[in-house]
Amino acid sequence: MDSGVDGDHPRVGGVTDAVVVSESADGDLVVTADEDGDAYGHGTACAAIVRQLAPDCELGSVRVLGGELTGAGPILLRGLEWAIEQGFEVINLSLSTTKSRFIEKLHELADRAYFKGSLLVASAHNMPVESFPWRFPAVISVGSHSGHGHHEYYVNPDPPVEFVAPGVDLDLAWLGGGTIQATGNSFATPYIAGLAALVLAKHPGLRPFEVKTALRCASSNVRSAA
Amino acid sequence: MSSGSSARSGGLDDEAGRRILLQSIVELTRSLFGARACSIMSYDPGSRELIFEAVAGEGADTLVGRRISARTGLAGWALASEEPIAVSDVRHDPRFAREVAEETGYVPTAITVYPLLHDEGSLGVLNVLDQSASERVGLADMEALGRIATHTAAVLALVQGARGAEPGQDEFTRLRARLSAARPGQRAAAADALDALRRLLES
Repeated sequence: MDSGVDGDHPRVGGVTDAVVVSESADGDLVVTADEDGDAYGHGTACAAIVRQLAPDCELGSVRVLGGELTGAGPILLRGLEWAIEQGFEVINLSLSTTKSRFIEKLHELADRAYFKGSLLVASAHNMPVESFPWRFPAVISVGSHSGHGHHEYYVNPDPPVEFVAPGVDLDLAWLGGGTIQATGNSFATPYIAGLAALVLAKHPGLRPFEVKTALRCASSNVRSAA
Repeated sequence: MSSGSSARSGGLDDEAGRRILLQSIVELTRSLFGARACSIMSYDPGSRELIFEAVAGEGADTLVGRRISARTGLAGWALASEEPIAVSDVRHDPRFAREVAEETGYVPTAITVYPLLHDEGSLGVLNVLDQSASERVGLADMEALGRIATHTAAVLALVQGARGAEPGQDEFTRLRARLSAARPGQRAAAADALDALRRLLES
């Protein structure tokens, strides 16, 4: 769930389903086919990271960024609700909201996803603000480290940030088929989402808490300690 | 306006004082990070544009008051996602380079953008352009910038609140400013009221 995805980007390798959440003329939030691709480039970068980690996965795109800012909260909630209804096994959220009026519904959706078997992977904030959904226990929260090793990610012994993955100075897919070098927790998040997809590909049917445990056991610091 | 402006300030009660306050933040941030430029942009939800409020370094003499679309670009993404981003070779994004060059006359190599989050909303963004060439933006820089952005957001909220209270503003602008300055517990109701009013005006 992001700014859309350029499915034609060579690093993305196609998108199975692309939808956009928008407000209809009568004020309802509707989910329709997305013909416009990526508004900013960020969604394409995240999709390519997932593809790199899990080359055979099916990628979907739910565009929730790029519309009216005042409607961003309800659009995020509707998009997340739709993605859970569709049964996506892993949902990447490289975004957050500081708006407290959406927390209750967001929390309810995070729990719904957890029990339905959809794993939510969300970016932690590195700013001193209260934001969500990454703080919910039903969600995997991700921060950054500066390493670039193969499958180099760490479990954080001091939550609420649970995992840290490569997020500094990354070579990323971007608009127009190009690439950029960029830094942000939002890019570490799809790294963990991609690894979660790999775990689920090998062990279909694992519950979210089992995937989280598998990721913990396979993390660089736990493996090296063992 | 330069950091050495001698404009007499009445604090937040006059625009000169507000400009000096915002300018001091971009000058300090630019100095701390050895950047070519630093700017604060506020978001205008009516036009969905970002407005340069204060600029230090490159573009300081020309950009204040200029607007760019918030519908695209790194600043637009940071604003919408409420997440920061740092790009070290932004010229590889041809659309970004073209748009920025057309709108500002200066194309940076590296840009770091932080959302200005205050009382549950994005008020704008803080941009740092071409940080010291010898160093890339690291995690410590990101954390420090996050704290500066939080401070900047609090200042921008005060500035916007003061502007909204000025005589001569239209009713909607004043109402928006007063609601933006509402206490955290009042913000949800204020935002709902603004959304309802906007829908009514657009219907």
